[in-house]
Amino acid sequence: MEQNGKGIGAATGLAIGTAVIWKKEEVSVQERSITDLSSELQRFKQAIQATKEQVQILRKQTADRMGESEAAIFDAHLAFLDDPGFIGEMEQRINTQKQAADWACQSVTGEFSSLFSNMEDEYMRARADDIRDVGNRLLQNIMGKPPLDLGLLKPESIIIADELTPSETAQFSEAIIGMITARGSKTAHAAIMARTLGIPAVLGLGSFIQQINDGDTIILDGSSGEVIVNPKELLLSQIQEKISKQNQLQASALQEAAEDAYTSDRKRIQVLANIGSPQDVQDALANHAEGIGLFRTEFLYLENANWPTEEEQFSSYKQVLEAFPSKPVIIRTLDIGGDKHLPYAELPKEENPFLGLRAVRYCLANPDVFKTQLRALLRASVHGSLWIMFPMIGSVSEILQVKQALEECKQELATKKIPYSDQIKVGIMVEIPAAAIHADELAKEVDFMSIGTNDLTQYTLAADRGNEQVAHLYDPTHPAVLKLVKMTCAACHRAGIPAGMCGELAGDASMTEILVGLGLNELSMSAKAIPQVKQQIRKIASAEASSLALEALHKR
Amino acid sequence: MTEKTVVIQNSTGLHARPAALLIQKAGSFKSSIKIVKDGREADAKSLLGVMSLAIKGNESITIRAEGEDEAAAIEAMTQFLESHQE
Repeated sequence: MEQNGKGIGAATGLAIGTAVIWKKEEVSVQERSITDLSSELQRFKQAIQATKEQVQILRKQTADRMGESEAAIFDAHLAFLDDPGFIGEMEQRINTQKQAADWACQSVTGEFSSLFSNMEDEYMRARADDIRDVGNRLLQNIMGKPPLDLGLLKPESIIIADELTPSETAQFSEAIIGMITARGSKTAHAAIMARTLGIPAVLGLGSFIQQINDGDTIILDGSSGEVIVNPKELLLSQIQEKISKQNQLQASALQEAAEDAYTSDRKRIQVLANIGSPQDVQDALANHAEGIGLFRTEFLYLENANWPTEEEQFSSYKQVLEAFPSKPVIIRTLDIGGDKHLPYAELPKEENPFLGLRAVRYCLANPDVFKTQLRALLRASVHGSLWIMFPMIGSVSEILQVKQALEECKQELATKKIPYSDQIKVGIMVEIPAAAIHADELAKEVDFMSIGTNDLTQYTLAADRGNEQVAHLYDPTHPAVLKLVKMTCAACHRAGIPAGMCGELAGDASMTEILVGLGLNELSMSAKAIPQVKQQIRKIASAEASSLALEALHKR
Repeated sequence: MTEKTVVIQNSTGLHARPAALLIQKAGSFKSSIKIVKDGREADAKSLLGVMSLAIKGNESITIRAEGEDEAAAIEAMTQFLESHQE
């Protein structure tokens, strides 16, 4: 029977596929002893072998899709599967105490994970998850029920889950063409990942997902948030036709994407790509990005067990700069805090982390961390056209402080005769309402500004973007947010510096005309959105865009 | 069986990286090697075992080796634990 549900359209696009219900299965067994020792040991060894093979496949898929450093976690899993204190201990309990392999596996895994989860050190505590993860996989293999792997699904799968963690979405293969979750909002990590992968997503569908069964045919509309389960034949063929039309549109947009985008009255709008790691550069180039408008450097920190060294950072920055010779590459300095934690950073527990010690505030309070990154950036600057962007700036004095830190790093390098470019541009991300309101003064101190609409929206409307209870209040097209965008653009124009936008709003082709009307000269977005936004820009006439923007500003 | 008590010099203790180096060293010997801290014993050739002891800087632990190269094993382990710094 056809059923309709509606959630939050979090990544645009249409898809038709087969439902795959994704559940984290926690198997649990009872204590049990065995009589046939040799067949039990054989069962155990076969399960270890199967587990290793699965982890190796996951490792390779992750390395291919996300890069070597993302795949490193699976090396730890493989090491555990050879560890004499872990696997050896299980084997000994089977051998000497005649324990069943499943019970030995479950109890040793439980003992180790509770040892680690009670440690003081955050990094060690996080290892408890790895132990449980690999132990649970081994247990499932012993039971002859190998776990469902996101990386090993049949083509045209649509994932149905309660929620998806970043480590789960990291395993997504090309077989997954859409995602549906019960929880989450438009700005959840899963949503950002879906947009990066270019697959449609509907999140926050609530209990409706319980009506979906494995193998159901699903129509997913990532723009409207509509989900149709087991659609009637007629509807199915209509949607199929629509999808093929859209594919043609995207293909033709891509053909024209190599050309710079001008409005019909010859106003140039630069279209750049947001990236999260050097792996994303390929996609940015393939979609004809005119540079990088936002390189989030957090990946370097989030995937490491310790602070990334100056050398590690330098090589990532250099790689991206070299991929875009003579085009701007805007690299944002570390933005942690808020909802992003580093296990080794020992961030204080805060009542209100989004209003706490995050991003540049953390960096200014931890000059060693900050200066390591600044030195890496300065050293990389000779390999391209580097623009450094500081997040969460709210006042002129913060700009002066970061410029002072940058100056000190330049002095250090000069003393050591290490070269850096003298063409580096310094800018800020406008995401605190104060920065937009005070933009005229801030603009006098910087070379560019870029508006981060995700945070600007949540701070302006006081609506937590991760909280589905208030997600309906989170609206980047709210006239108050657009007014702050306009104020920022106007201040940039008065100061003669570029006004950019790198938040999610910039990649929404249905908003391009209003954004151009508000005065933006540069839009930066997920690479996949570039061709259609460029196409949209070519249809725009500045005068009409301005009046459309005016209308949006006065919407009630 | 040979046994020796040593004090960890590395100020941050035996966290992931030094623990990995230690088990590599232990793995190069034929003898069975154990590390004992506060009555809890772990296989020195097991990364999870060594890490699970949560050994901190300046703590004292006992190394126990049994096998044909036990003397050399104790010598090498002691040297590593008393000199490694990072």
